[in-house]
Amino acid sequence: MPKNPNVKRVMVIGSGPIVIGQAAEFDYAGTQACRSLKEEGVEVILVNSNPATIMTDRDIADKVYIEPLTVKVLEQIIEKEQPDSILPTLGGQAGLNLGMELEESGFLAEHHVTLLGTTAATIRNAEGRQEFKDLMERIGEPCAASKVVETVEDGIAFTDTIGYPVVLRPAYTLGGSGGGIAHNQTELEEILENGLRLSRVGQVLVERCIAGWKEIEYEVMRDSAGNCITVCNMENIDPVGVHTGDSIVVAPSQTLSDKEYQMLRTSALKIISELQITGGCNVQFALHPTSFEYCVIEVNPRVSRSSALASKATGYPIAKVAAKIALGYTLDEIKNAITKKTYASFEPALDYCVVKIPRLPFDKFITAKRTLTTQMKATGEVMSICDNFEGALMKAIRSLEQHVDCLRSYDFSALSADELRERLKVVDDQRIWVIAEALRKGISEEEINEITKIDIWFIDKIAILTEMEHALETEELTPELLAEAKRMEFPDNVIARLSGKKESEITALRYENGIRAVYKMVDTCAAEFEAHTPYYYSVYGGFCEAKRTSGKKKVLVLGSGPIRIGQGIEFDYCSVHATWAFAKAGYETIIINNNPETVSTDFDIADKLYFEPLTIEDVRSIVDIEKPDGAVVQFGGQTAIKLTQGLMEMGVPILGTQAKDVDAAEDRELFDEILEQTKIPRAAGGTVYTAEEAKEVANRLGYPVLVRPSYVLGGQGMQIAISDAEIEEFMAVINRIAQDHPILVDKYLMGKEVEVDAVCDGCEILIPGIMEHIERTGVHSGDSISVYPAHTIGKLIKDKITDYTEKLAKALHVKGLINIQFIAIGEDVYVIEVNPRSSRTVPYISKVTGIPIVDLATEVILGKTIRELGYEPGLQPEAKYYAIKMPVFSFEKIRGAEISLGPEMKSTGECLGIAKTFNEALYKAFLGSGVNLPKYRNMIMTVKDADKGEAIEIGRRFEKLGYTIYATRSTAAALNEAGVKARKVNKISQESPTVMDLILGHKIDVVIDTPTQGRDKHRDGFLIRRTSIETGVNVITAMDTARALVSSLENKEQSEKLELVDVAKL
Amino acid sequence: MKAFLILEDGTVFAGTHIGAEKEVISEIVFNTSMAGYLEVLTDPSYAGQAVCMTYPLIGNYGVCLEDMESLKPWPDGFIVRELSRRPSNFRCDISIQQFLEENGVPGIAGIDTRALTQILREKGTMNGMITTKEYENLEEVLPKLKAYTTGKVVEKVTCKEKYVVNATTDLSENGPISGSAKFDKAKWSAGEREKKPSLVKELNGAGLKVALMDFGAKANIAKSLAARGCQVTVYPALTTAEEVLRDAPDGIMLSNGPGDPKECTSIIQEIKKLYHTEVPIFAICLGHQLMSLATGADTYKLKYGHRGGNHPVKDLATGRVYISSQNHGYVVDVEKLDRTVAIPAFCNVNDGTNEGLAYVGKNVFTVQFHPEACPGPQDSGYLFDRFIDMMKRAKAGEKVDAAALYGNAQGETESESTQGEKVDADKNEGEVR
Repeated sequence: MPKNPNVKRVMVIGSGPIVIGQAAEFDYAGTQACRSLKEEGVEVILVNSNPATIMTDRDIADKVYIEPLTVKVLEQIIEKEQPDSILPTLGGQAGLNLGMELEESGFLAEHHVTLLGTTAATIRNAEGRQEFKDLMERIGEPCAASKVVETVEDGIAFTDTIGYPVVLRPAYTLGGSGGGIAHNQTELEEILENGLRLSRVGQVLVERCIAGWKEIEYEVMRDSAGNCITVCNMENIDPVGVHTGDSIVVAPSQTLSDKEYQMLRTSALKIISELQITGGCNVQFALHPTSFEYCVIEVNPRVSRSSALASKATGYPIAKVAAKIALGYTLDEIKNAITKKTYASFEPALDYCVVKIPRLPFDKFITAKRTLTTQMKATGEVMSICDNFEGALMKAIRSLEQHVDCLRSYDFSALSADELRERLKVVDDQRIWVIAEALRKGISEEEINEITKIDIWFIDKIAILTEMEHALETEELTPELLAEAKRMEFPDNVIARLSGKKESEITALRYENGIRAVYKMVDTCAAEFEAHTPYYYSVYGGFCEAKRTSGKKKVLVLGSGPIRIGQGIEFDYCSVHATWAFAKAGYETIIINNNPETVSTDFDIADKLYFEPLTIEDVRSIVDIEKPDGAVVQFGGQTAIKLTQGLMEMGVPILGTQAKDVDAAEDRELFDEILEQTKIPRAAGGTVYTAEEAKEVANRLGYPVLVRPSYVLGGQGMQIAISDAEIEEFMAVINRIAQDHPILVDKYLMGKEVEVDAVCDGCEILIPGIMEHIERTGVHSGDSISVYPAHTIGKLIKDKITDYTEKLAKALHVKGLINIQFIAIGEDVYVIEVNPRSSRTVPYISKVTGIPIVDLATEVILGKTIRELGYEPGLQPEAKYYAIKMPVFSFEKIRGAEISLGPEMKSTGECLGIAKTFNEALYKAFLGSGVNLPKYRNMIMTVKDADKGEAIEIGRRFEKLGYTIYATRSTAAALNEAGVKARKVNKISQESPTVMDLILGHKIDVVIDTPTQGRDKHRDGFLIRRTSIETGVNVITAMDTARALVSSLENKEQSEKLELVDVAKL
Repeated sequence: MKAFLILEDGTVFAGTHIGAEKEVISEIVFNTSMAGYLEVLTDPSYAGQAVCMTYPLIGNYGVCLEDMESLKPWPDGFIVRELSRRPSNFRCDISIQQFLEENGVPGIAGIDTRALTQILREKGTMNGMITTKEYENLEEVLPKLKAYTTGKVVEKVTCKEKYVVNATTDLSENGPISGSAKFDKAKWSAGEREKKPSLVKELNGAGLKVALMDFGAKANIAKSLAARGCQVTVYPALTTAEEVLRDAPDGIMLSNGPGDPKECTSIIQEIKKLYHTEVPIFAICLGHQLMSLATGADTYKLKYGHRGGNHPVKDLATGRVYISSQNHGYVVDVEKLDRTVAIPAFCNVNDGTNEGLAYVGKNVFTVQFHPEACPGPQDSGYLFDRFIDMMKRAKAGEKVDAAALYGNAQGETESESTQGEKVDADKNEGEVR
């Protein structure tokens, strides 16, 4: 069926800010789909509140609205732009829900807008629990049996029909308390009785327990003619019980015979046909490990994280094809973009093995529980490809950038065999390392399988790796042994450590014996057809398909690896734009990256894509073949910067700012020299290695002081210390990982934080705009609300900032991008930090000023001057509207994480509010981040003494908005004394009603809780904040944020209707 | 132990020896299925060939003997990237190493199977030798390799005597209907393994007698019919038409099989006779090619064949695309087809080659791919139901014209040949040997 001619203007809904469970994969899918739509001549109207995305670029969509993703806003956009269709299946769950709400309210019908792709009825059938269950029953596809019971007798009777064990989940209890797994009737009676008592409504869900079963996923496509294919199947190494986003996943499935494989494939096709999905869909199964019994766990009728992974794992562009299907094409009409000969109606055949490992944020949330459950916690993931499982696993491990490079990186050798048996029961992110140690201690593969339920095939693969470690330690390092270790992708430095040699010796031995990485192509067809898309992965042993191309100049763009707190999607935005800019300038572009969720690893972004770990050795292997004319590291975040030295040693010229200048910005002494030369002030400080030295510096400067490691992004490990005791604590944490660079201790200055991104051509600079943070210094810039244009600082300060930026950029010989953070105190400006590279704010400032600074930086790197590019150097004229960047957190996903803001970054994403007035922009920004107030007009205030004065002013403004204020004892006293009516509530330990009861009562809009300076160890505060977050109550931990919120609410009272801004026109 | 794969063009791959210890010369082909290596090994159509699996990790789930598609493995050799050290599956009986050794199949592991596949793709299927001997002078072996032909292999693989596969009389005999399997701990502990699930939900073939001509039939062809209630009698390939017809079957099924269809001269004669009866005929793979040759069409050898579980075929009656299991090196030449005899019923979406024929004015329908799956997708299993329907209508006295379903197919056939042109550059076609 050809394209539907009625589809001319399509509105695409994005997924909003990056949060855990909804990350960069939707930018990838959205961008690919938008390009696919535009290719067909369709006009695309894009809505997404996330400014860091590529999909919100003006060259991806025709109209771009970076507006809050709410039904109201979407309705307004539909009224304004009058699209004929809307595509809701690209924006994750958020986008899908919005599409459904618009459809169900009748708004779409009223405005003659068609829901493209899957229909509303289909979405309801797939998403509604009961509807889905009924449908599955009708078509004979099994779901885990479950029933809500109100008596113990009913529970026993039901369990007798489904068999033990069963999972018991009491209704309406916090965090699943009172639930459990019952293996027999005695346990069932006990848990059920307790659960029924604890449940507020006296109900317990009894469900067949499928924990420990194999978790298998199928990515399926279907078109309107009913043609179905499966793109890929994937097997989770972690059995059912761990969220697939937190599981180590392998593609294709490894332990299924053709019988199980086809049984589940047929089931997946049956389900997608029955649901009448048109587009992509993900079906998750639980398969009993010792029988053909299976259950359908879930169906996602949209593109998802798994579909992004499947696309990268197979080369089959799911989102692109889904967009074409939405336009009416059938699978046999859509060309396979990789082979350019076959069609989309085929199933990819893999001739390699893919491993995905989640990137978990426990390095940021050290108090959080590392346990993995059905609640996803990972912020990102890495993928690797190899022709053997061992190699793929080893590559994925070192791609994580978590100071792990092999199965010894977490050391459990101190545990005895019995302790390891216990430790194996813990399901956390270190489990494969525990398994490796258990194998070393002689625990049998069968026993490990018994405890962990991980399939023995995977355990044996881990055993093969530990045996290789042992061989490297004990045997002579013959070329044969070395070749075998490399086949399993042991990095040279690990081989060196194990064999007691130097890394350089290993590398030399390798090269002498011709043991080098070769590159194979991902071609969707296992070499059956000739492929045209150079998408490569490395293996050892075999023929190399990657050919050194010549003719054009060649540039290597180093990606930013997995998405983590502090290094997010922004750096992928920069890498992709730089790649495009180099291509435009006539360069052949090569991207190296390992993140399957990103646009940069889409096969048609660069001329060549190497899906590889970003370590010096892995990059060298590519350089050996490609011999690039230069590499650019300033766009890939810290991941790429870390490779600078290595690249130079390989003889690859660094394009743009030189390594020594990057060092000068990070090295305390060198940087101090520059500041002295340029006469730019900064907070006094010193460099230290030990806690003793740190205390000495701190006492010399006077508390409070800022403690942080150098060469990190996102303020990792950064803390404000107010005492010697805290210094000791923080230094211990930082030094848990051996530091290559010294630790910085600075006097903590309290003032207004201001940030600039600039392009420098070596002589002159261009500053698109100055951004001002709402929160005072002490809150990490990535977690602050950022306002453009800076609205509370005067011309004098702005001139100083421009002057300092120019001086610093020139002193550091910057060619390309530079990011500087300042503190303004009165008329003084101090430098906090200089990063001679791209930053988190680059996409944001590019979009709101309309100045494409990554493109400009790339041109500058290639030798153009700012003037030649048509810009007048210096600070650019300010826009006539406000654009406010709001951080977004995922605290509710990480149990036990401290949520109060500090110098260490904690946000996972951001959204934008853009409007004519400051307050409206602020309101939009809050709305975009999910703060949609007022609801009940009740609030709680509990602030530290120093904040009481500001609390009064803020409290008074909330009171005026009709808020009832509850406050703890001393805050209430302060408020009442100042004439702001506040009701006193008891602390948690006191009698009911306490502050906790209020929060659990679900009638509170917001909690303002400012923790005492430094690390708040007060249990009450921590509990209040955690409980609020877990019950969905907004929590604010800085007075500046609270003031901003009340301002935005005041604005809302004045005008209901928001003004929409098409960012593509800025 | 070291092993070598020497190709006809002089390429030598060095790897590790697996399986039985012997030297073989054979035709080297590749299969792209990611699972189902046992079904591949036991598919008689591979007789006279050595199979290279493009998926690099083989043997992961070991060998479940009940999944065998015939009584023994047929390929002369087995070529893999890596054999799993430890198989893992609840039904695993023995390891693949053991299976190869016990059945006398030699092989080679640890070679760059992707590079081998690319050579076969570029240069076409060629002969090769798997050996543990290090030949100093290739000239000694290359002529031998070039001289090799698969020959009349059908006679080697067919059954020696006719036998009966009994019809299922109760659905439960087929095993649980897919999706309804239940793990039974007591039975598991007693060592019982649950039966493979079945997709068959009704015994629509009950009472029908099918004659299956075994040219190297995969077991699941007979099973697929029996599971639907048909009584299947399997005949050796050289059984005469008269003998088959004497048993008065309700339908005749021509099976898959190995080798060049044009070698099967006497079989073609018998099929011609069957064609001229009114008995409904359904044919798969070699059977499809033989029927076409029996009715005056031509076949030619593809450059490197279709072997795998991911080939899209389009049903030209409905436009629907199904993913199919395939294993063939030869194909019916659709250009030379006399459309008054047969019209194309299916085509391959990748390269436009013929995948099925409906015979004009006859109750005869044939496909190039494998609706019996094993290994591979089960999408086209509905064709067995179509065959049952053909038999039922014939039995009820109806005059069935298989091409009627494709009556409006004239336009479709044209679009099909355009598709053929579109992919001309990539034509998986070689010289007619």
